[in-house]
Amino acid sequence: MRRYSWILILTGYSALAQTPMDDFFYQSGKIYVVVAILVIIFALLMFYLVRLDKKISQLEKERDEA
Amino acid sequence: MKKSWWKALAVVLIIYGIIGGFLMPAPDDIGILAKTIRNLYFHVPMWFTMIVLLIVSFVYGIKYLASGKPEQDSLASSFIKISMLFGAMGLATGSFWARFTWGTWWIEDAKLNGAAIGILIYLAYYILRNSIEDETKRGKFSAVYNLFAFPIFIVLIIIYPRMAETSLHPASGDTIGFSSLDLDNDLRKVFYLAGLGWILLGVWISTLHYRLTEIKRIDEEI
Repeated sequence: MRRYSWILILTGYSALAQTPMDDFFYQSGKIYVVVAILVIIFALLMFYLVRLDKKISQLEKERDEA
Repeated sequence: MKKSWWKALAVVLIIYGIIGGFLMPAPDDIGILAKTIRNLYFHVPMWFTMIVLLIVSFVYGIKYLASGKPEQDSLASSFIKISMLFGAMGLATGSFWARFTWGTWWIEDAKLNGAAIGILIYLAYYILRNSIEDETKRGKFSAVYNLFAFPIFIVLIIIYPRMAETSLHPASGDTIGFSSLDLDNDLRKVFYLAGLGWILLGVWISTLHYRLTEIKRIDEEI
């Protein structure tokens, strides 16, 4: 039961209850939802850029060792 | 990833710019601009970033002419390449903004045409570069071209629009800049920090491009 509780949260929560998170994101014509989505997109792009940075660092390390 | 605090700072500042740009108070009631005044936080930093990257490239161009070190030519070229990306984003965002304020995607205007010609000048830098096989010759030609292109670019994008008789673009010709609309300093609170964030991001991407081309270049030499 505990193992699958996250499914319950995902499927049931939004339909069943008005959570504190809902209270926040339903304010001001739901503009907070747009802001959150932009932040998610930007954060993921930056996550990718950090990975790229690390890969290039790895290549540089291999080059210096060779 | 050593000494990369400034990369984290770039991310934090831009996220602040996104959140603050939507949610913090701004003069939302100025004529045709209405809420699009918030584009200031996104459109203008594209150009700032482009100009900063071009300054860095200009400096490395001169350094290359003095030293002949190929990695400095590589740096100059990488910074110009990423500056073109930011220039393209500046043009695209400006055009979209213009459509819904001035009512047109593009118009004969000193600021717009100056910026477009400025970008074309730097695109020619790549035509020149790619047409020369010899590494030393390519480096020297590129650096000298860069040396002349940068002052012309600054004239086209800043000085010429200021001197124009009329313009639709803020702070050009007969128009006022945003600083005179920002009576409560609301715009400045977001704009400066977000702008710094975008500049740092541009430098970050440029250095990534540079490091990758250096790995390739040294690989070819071996």
